[in-house]
Amino acid sequence: MPAGTLYRGREGMWSWVAHRVTGVLIFFFLFVHVLDTALVRVSPHDYDTVVATYKNPVVNLMEYGLVAAILFHALNGLRVIAVDFWSKGPKYQRQMLWSVVGIWIVLMAGAFYPVLQNTLRTLFGS
Amino acid sequence: MSAETSIPSDTVEPTPTSAGAYGPDNPAPVIEPPRARTSRSPKKASRTNFEMWAWLFMRLSGIVLVVLVLGHLIIQLVLDGGVSKIGFAFVAGRWASPFWQLWDLGMLWLAMLHGANGLRTVINDYAEREKTRLWLKTLLYTATVFTVFLGTLVIFTFDPNIQ
Repeated sequence: MPAGTLYRGREGMWSWVAHRVTGVLIFFFLFVHVLDTALVRVSPHDYDTVVATYKNPVVNLMEYGLVAAILFHALNGLRVIAVDFWSKGPKYQRQMLWSVVGIWIVLMAGAFYPVLQNTLRTLFGS
Repeated sequence: MSAETSIPSDTVEPTPTSAGAYGPDNPAPVIEPPRARTSRSPKKASRTNFEMWAWLFMRLSGIVLVVLVLGHLIIQLVLDGGVSKIGFAFVAGRWASPFWQLWDLGMLWLAMLHGANGLRTVINDYAEREKTRLWLKTLLYTATVFTVFLGTLVIFTFDPNIQ
């Protein structure tokens, strides 16, 4: 595969794949999330019962995964906008992807305790 | 996509010995343009610029959604004990303010339309049969309209003193 001439198989393709996969996952969660929120219109008790699921350690971990998907999709989306509208965007698309990955790792490390605090406190005491 | 291409498949993947030295006897790999017209393309060209507006909408809504969604995540999952504080009382407290009602309404509409258009692209890319595409998109649009209207109704008719 001649590097630099074919997009296929390189950073550009894999970021495109990751953007798609995270986008579809987020969209399916959005359906569920609007439906569970709609329960506030049914009764406070029903809403609180369903929201209790979100506080379960396993589901809490999935929320961390959701945050991971949203953060990547958001950062890479900004990179796509830069590639499309910034004259030097296509030239620096690779560097921008690695910046996205770097910022993503920092934000994910920072989100670890805040997002999982409910589980961490339940499992390991306060 | 390959309906009208007549390039032998072995010219697409250059052999290790030939890579780099292209010439009349060893042509460089030919890649069909992504939107090349094939026998399966629509006969009439589109008279509207729908795809261009959809492309622009994805970028503009994307920028707004970065602010709306990340703000939402920080409030719901990070501040004040994370997910543990969420309950009916918390929702009632936030929707008492028109600012957060408008925030959530904007987020609902933009995220649903952004996601629906994204999934429309995915369906167009992978569902090859005309009928499959039609059915998947009908399902997608039905679910999208239902969810957007349900969410809007819930935001506007929310009653903190229900029961």
